[in-house]
Amino acid sequence: MELNEFVSNFADQFDETDASEITVDCHFRELEEYSSLTGMGIIAMAKTQYGKAITGADIRSCTTVEDLYNLINNK
Amino acid sequence: MEQFNPFTLIGKQILVTGASSGIGKAIAVACAKMGATVIVTGRNVERLNETLSLMPGGNHKAISADLTNTEDINELVTELPKIDGLVQCAGVGSRIPCKNIGKEDLKRVFMPNVEAPILLQAAILSKKKINKAASIVYVASRAANAPSIGNAAYSASKGAIISYAKCLALELAPRLIRVNCICPGMVWTELILKDGVDKELLEQSQLTYPLKRFGQPEDVANLAIYLLSDASNWMTGSSLDISGGGEGILTLN
Repeated sequence: MELNEFVSNFADQFDETDASEITVDCHFRELEEYSSLTGMGIIAMAKTQYGKAITGADIRSCTTVEDLYNLINNK
Repeated sequence: MEQFNPFTLIGKQILVTGASSGIGKAIAVACAKMGATVIVTGRNVERLNETLSLMPGGNHKAISADLTNTEDINELVTELPKIDGLVQCAGVGSRIPCKNIGKEDLKRVFMPNVEAPILLQAAILSKKKINKAASIVYVASRAANAPSIGNAAYSASKGAIISYAKCLALELAPRLIRVNCICPGMVWTELILKDGVDKELLEQSQLTYPLKRFGQPEDVANLAIYLLSDASNWMTGSSLDISGGGEGILTLN
């Protein structure tokens, strides 16, 4: 899994937020559009695109997009 | 004085599935008459072109697709401009007693009536082909709530799509995208004529309706216009019955 590609797939989960706002070190849970639905989208993305099972608690333990990347990578 | 028209569709791009016949065709034509730019889809190119030929003005377009085929869905969505309205109308009927329902019968009903619209919707959303404040209309059926004999598989498929649409309405509400269902009673289309019930029996049965007739596709199209227009801005997650009064089912003696 490559970090830049992950960031772009992650950014794809948002509809209103400009992709340029979503960077490796952005605090994604603080984005205005972020909601429980986005969380579910991220869990689905981890499963379908990376074959990894993550939980809501896993996501909550992450602050930045890179944290999430590392978490999924280490699963 | 400018004429008051809360139902105008001018400036909206609307995709209508199942637009080659019946209710879908009537909705597509009505949308064009209300000023929308319409993209029609269905399996049969010739019949889609026939729908196009009935539409006044505008830059309307036909894209043929079999929505039970994933590749066709992907090609359709790739070709699609960003839409302001979506009418999921493609579907098939079925009249089989519960005792006789087999796996193939279920597939024949659930693939076009449930699986295809859900997967098309997912593709449109994930490829970001729908605008903020758009309106989505699912053509379901009174059959979902009003039982009639032989209609179990069809009724179940329509019940499924109504439940789906209610969840979709919740998920899209933050973007002000509205999702509503239309539940027609019996409407004079090929769908009811193909079900193996004689036309004479249908003509007799329509007299049991309070308004003494089954619907015409245009009756349903007018409701779709309302749901697609800004007149229904405060409406989402609803299922609207349109049935000439009463249960809107087929009663056979």
